[in-house]
Amino acid sequence: MRKFNIPHKFELITIIELYAQWIRQGKLKVNSDWNRSIGAKFTVQDPCNIGRKSGSNKIVDELRFVVKTVVGEENFIDTVPNRENNFCCGGGGGALQAGFQDQRRAYGRTKFNQIIATGATYIIAPCHNCHGQIEDIGEYYGGNYHVVHLWTIICLAMGMLADTERTYLGPDLAQLGL
Amino acid sequence: MAEAIRIDILDIEFKEEVLDKVPDANFDLCLTCGTCTGGCPASEQFDMDPRKLIRMLNLGMDEQIIKSEWKWVCSMCGRCVLACPMKVNVPALIFNLRASVPREKRPKGILGSCDQHIRTGSAMGAKKEDFEFTVLDVAEEIREDHPGFEDLFVTVDREGAGMVLNQNSREPVTEPEEMGPLWKILHTVGADWTYPSVMWAGENYCMFMADNEGWRYIIEEFVHHVDNNLKSPMVVNTE
Repeated sequence: MRKFNIPHKFELITIIELYAQWIRQGKLKVNSDWNRSIGAKFTVQDPCNIGRKSGSNKIVDELRFVVKTVVGEENFIDTVPNRENNFCCGGGGGALQAGFQDQRRAYGRTKFNQIIATGATYIIAPCHNCHGQIEDIGEYYGGNYHVVHLWTIICLAMGMLADTERTYLGPDLAQLGL
Repeated sequence: MAEAIRIDILDIEFKEEVLDKVPDANFDLCLTCGTCTGGCPASEQFDMDPRKLIRMLNLGMDEQIIKSEWKWVCSMCGRCVLACPMKVNVPALIFNLRASVPREKRPKGILGSCDQHIRTGSAMGAKKEDFEFTVLDVAEEIREDHPGFEDLFVTVDREGAGMVLNQNSREPVTEPEEMGPLWKILHTVGADWTYPSVMWAGENYCMFMADNEGWRYIIEEFVHHVDNNLKSPMVVNTE
């Protein structure tokens, strides 16, 4: 809309900002009690579009606030570098469908190494391109991490994740709360 | 002895062409420091990197850079511009290199997704009727099978809803059960929301393909639907 100067009446916001807002307002009653004894470790992928390319760290900082609330501060390990300086996963900009698989995976090696260095078993990727690419490089390079959506972990923490909604969880969390 | 390059007599067309469209791309300000290249995960693929690309552009090696497939490996992530002391806009160059390829010769995967989106409203080719059917069907299953969500309220095109959500087409098309957790969160906080039937999908491959016309069409259709038909004050990007 910005690029083409298309006038619009509505406000555009990300679901991540709303999650953060709802947690602060007490509407979304979620905490990390479920993970206290399990201690599953999480990291995040900063999608370029909501991080660096949004012009500020506002959204990716909200992402960290939500993730820390849901998994516990002690169970969150950030990537290095991160936020506006984070590495792109290599799947964006159409790369996942451009047909240059070897080059795309070579590009993704940087992201893979970055994730492995965190030691986390779970990576939250709030972008479908990132999600797809990080899963693919994880399988290709032999990483033993799981790529999950933020909504999966929020619902898991709140005890409302059905057995049919657990495709992306690893064996340690697959049965939790059922 | 090597011959000096006479920059004043070089035929540099492509650079001028891109600068006409993006006057602040700063290609002439490149100091060749290589900070871009040092931090670019796409460096070395297809024997190319951002610094080399800018050098070749500034030397008028138009044919070689237009031919290089590197423009489809670079994801236009913008890390190079952020780090660049002179703010040389490499992604803008990549976008225009992509646009210089005849539309039908751009990568099939991206082209297909862009065309599907223009035709049906989503890159995976799911029509709005299919989308609506899947969404309402999954919602019905949740109401029946998931205790506590018997009154889950999911709608498509509900006029006057407080917010309109987009949805990546991967979910309704390949893993519809993944929409459930998002809806449960919205239900729990009492959000007043709906999905749009027009250009409902969150992705936009026409943008990746550098198809300005297609990109613009998708956004305009979406904006028109939200502002004039649904009259919602807020659009929520779910990814």
